Amino acid sequence: MKPRSLFTAAMVLLGAAPVWAQTPMEGGGHAGHPGTAPAPTRAESPASATMDHGSMRMQGGPAPADARDPHAYANGLTLESGPYAFPGPRQLRLSDEHAFGSVLLDRLERVDTKDGNATAYEAQAWFGGTYDRLVLKAEGDVAKGKLEEARTEVLWGHAIASYWDTQLGVRLDSGTGPDRTWLAVGIQGLAPYWFDVDATAYVGSSGRTALRLSGEYELLLTQRLILQPRMEVNLYGRRDEARGLGSGLADATIGLRLRYEFSRQFAPYVGVEWAGKFGQTADFARAEGQRTRETRYVAGVRLWF
Amino acid sequence: MPPLRPFHSPLPLVPARRRFVRGLVAGGVMIGLSPWLRAAAQGLSDTRTGAAPVLSGTNIDLVVGESPVNFTGKPRMATTINGSIPAPTLKLREGDTVTIRVTNRLREATSIHWHGIILPYQMDGVPGVSFPGIAPGETFTYQFRLEQTGTYWYHSHSGMQEQTGMYGALIVEPREADPIRADRDHVVLLSDWTDEDPMRVLAKLKAQSDYYNFNQPTAIDFFRDVAEMGLSRALDKRAMWNQMRMNPTDLADLSGATLTYLMNGVTPAGNWTGLFRPGERVRLRFINGAANTFYDVRIPGLKMTVVQSDGQNVEPVTVDEFRFGPGETYDVIVTPQEDAYTIFAQSMDRTGFARGTLAVREGLNAAVPALDPVEWLTMADMMGAMDHGAMGHGGSAMGAMDHAAMGHDMSGMKHDMSGMNHGAMAMGHGQHAMHGMAGGALAKPSATVRHARTEYGPSTDMRVDMPRTNLDDPGIGLRNNGRRVLTLADLRTIGGPLDPRGAEREIELHLTGNMERYTWSLDGLEFGKSTPVHLKYGERVRVILHNDTMMTHPMHLHGMWSEVETPDGQFLVRRHTIPVQPAQRVSFLVTADALGRWAWHCHLMLHMDMGMFRVVVVS
Repeated sequence: MKPRSLFTAAMVLLGAAPVWAQTPMEGGGHAGHPGTAPAPTRAESPASATMDHGSMRMQGGPAPADARDPHAYANGLTLESGPYAFPGPRQLRLSDEHAFGSVLLDRLERVDTKDGNATAYEAQAWFGGTYDRLVLKAEGDVAKGKLEEARTEVLWGHAIASYWDTQLGVRLDSGTGPDRTWLAVGIQGLAPYWFDVDATAYVGSSGRTALRLSGEYELLLTQRLILQPRMEVNLYGRRDEARGLGSGLADATIGLRLRYEFSRQFAPYVGVEWAGKFGQTADFARAEGQRTRETRYVAGVRLWF
Repeated sequence: MPPLRPFHSPLPLVPARRRFVRGLVAGGVMIGLSPWLRAAAQGLSDTRTGAAPVLSGTNIDLVVGESPVNFTGKPRMATTINGSIPAPTLKLREGDTVTIRVTNRLREATSIHWHGIILPYQMDGVPGVSFPGIAPGETFTYQFRLEQTGTYWYHSHSGMQEQTGMYGALIVEPREADPIRADRDHVVLLSDWTDEDPMRVLAKLKAQSDYYNFNQPTAIDFFRDVAEMGLSRALDKRAMWNQMRMNPTDLADLSGATLTYLMNGVTPAGNWTGLFRPGERVRLRFINGAANTFYDVRIPGLKMTVVQSDGQNVEPVTVDEFRFGPGETYDVIVTPQEDAYTIFAQSMDRTGFARGTLAVREGLNAAVPALDPVEWLTMADMMGAMDHGAMGHGGSAMGAMDHAAMGHDMSGMKHDMSGMNHGAMAMGHGQHAMHGMAGGALAKPSATVRHARTEYGPSTDMRVDMPRTNLDDPGIGLRNNGRRVLTLADLRTIGGPLDPRGAEREIELHLTGNMERYTWSLDGLEFGKSTPVHLKYGERVRVILHNDTMMTHPMHLHGMWSEVETPDGQFLVRRHTIPVQPAQRVSFLVTADALGRWAWHCHLMLHMDMGMFRVVVVS
């Protein structure tokens, strides 16, 4: 795939995600029953939105043109001004205007492979409000005391739909080979049926592009025993031999982790993961004497605070 | 006094409790205090719990401070009024002008709001809206004339102080003889307690909104359903929820995993006891002073005759059980004959209960019922009446609803097929509302749903286009449970509305939120982004609250009465706090006869704090 077409594909995918997020709830709720459009479109007649149940939708979507003005009852008054308001800045501030934050160490694990052991981590932290927040993402692995591969991102997360945030920022790749920096634009959220999805496109120097897709699901076997399937795919727009990357699909990982939540914030797990390298990336790996397909066993802990 | 942190955040390594803590027998006694805490607490006496001391007259002094409590085996500091939980019961007299001096001995600002009392806005006690708050070390003098009678309560309106102990009963006795005759009178104030710092609880919900929900659908439940109802129905039962990323067991944000449920400040194990002599008419003044808990209250073996609701006398209605949310009150009359009865108040999400005993002497117990099973929310709770969807599009939507309703009933293991009746009932009302729309201009509440344009963004996770208006629905977990359960439709305030005028205009406000993001709002706008609702002084206005969420919200309008009406526009009941069920649309009339700025909010404390809050300006 040519870099440009890959990037275009990524943009299309990112653009499509919010639409996908806005699940249509036609009538009784079974999407796509006969006679109604299976997917929402922005061309839908706004005037009919409240009474035309064929286009009725319980989540997302654009506001119809005649939607109610939420400030209509104010008659121009504000929280700071008008009769009986206290002079000066507003005194009452509730938690909707406070910042919150959290650090999730989704994976902190020992990886057992045929070539020895490694330690891998994946973390995401955020700080800020409900709709705009600073997001930090980090993923990497360390083997024999050496940082093999690391991806660190600093992003501005912005809520755009009920379950979706856009993310815009920078990514730094470090570890083996020269460091690479990228501009990152992505989307993260919860797809229908509770799939956690993260899709980010990257543009680097020298016309480099990349696309990273990852998804997770949490299957509650019991209230505390949780099976987590996980997949991750990385694609690159152009060859980067110094980092052993070819263009196109570079690697894919599919994992299954079983954790026990002693508390919501502390859950040890065991798992198995299949990882493969593809195309030129696989060729580079072979040339280095590395495996291109492997099954790994993992044991670690998931925690957040 | 050395600084004493009111809370410690528990280490994450402490295994969360599967079962709720029934608590220590003696709530206020400092068992197992660590030496440093004991030293730090020197000079502080233990919090007094149980039936609160009574203060009466026209001059009252209240002191807000910290005092130690121990409800679970872990010592904590509470914020208390006059050192007790509940705070002293204020027994005031109709027509009196009372002067209440509130002194703040905390290291942060405080306030007291007189919940349900009609008074000048400067006395209403909402910091930043009606007054600046009471700074540390300061005394604020509240003064107002009591124009009403009945059972009310008072609580802090600052931060999370209500959750940490600042609530008490306020009773206004009639100048003339009380039309409600009783030989004995007990306040039963229900509340909830968490050992955690409530702000930390909120931060956890922001990071993971189902943090405290340990009744989530699991794979094991799925296989059980497959075995019982077959694969396709088991899938149907889940399809909609999963597609919409909504949780059918999302009945309460907080559960017994962190809450200890209290009756008059006493844990279930502590067993608060109210005394009576057999044959007496006993008046129980139930007040829900919890921060986050809807309670389902019953006294096995006794019928309860509800005689008052939110302080206003109602035509007596006899029930086995009632549900009420934070802010609401019900006075009931019971006539016990046996030696002991359990007052059982289970939380709506069935993760715990508050419990006490009515007995002829201290030390008696009666059987304590088991918690009812956890029920999933139904399609009607999520989607409302659904009549058009079903009728306009033939069988498929209808099928989905029937399957879900049946699935729900089967999992409840009781009363087969009753879910279908309920579905039919909801639809009947939906159609009714649609007919109403064609009628006179403002005689009946509008049935046309008008979502705000700010409800289409990330602040909401759903909108209901066909709301239900079935005020005779007791709500999830209480439907068809074999007991006579009170509903809003059962209540008739004696004497009718205070203002005979009809509505001059309508205000439609939608209750909104996004559980995944843990944000709560009105019309999709949190308080910080909102503008006030302006009422013209003297006007009679209809308010329509339309619930676009899956939770029941107790909506409390300060300063003015809310006169609830039927979907036909007939007066029902005068309230200060109105519970609006999921996908439900409730309307009431308000006379804007109270100049000033007033608060209007969901009385679930965390919802209020996340911004489900408006300022109302009457001018």
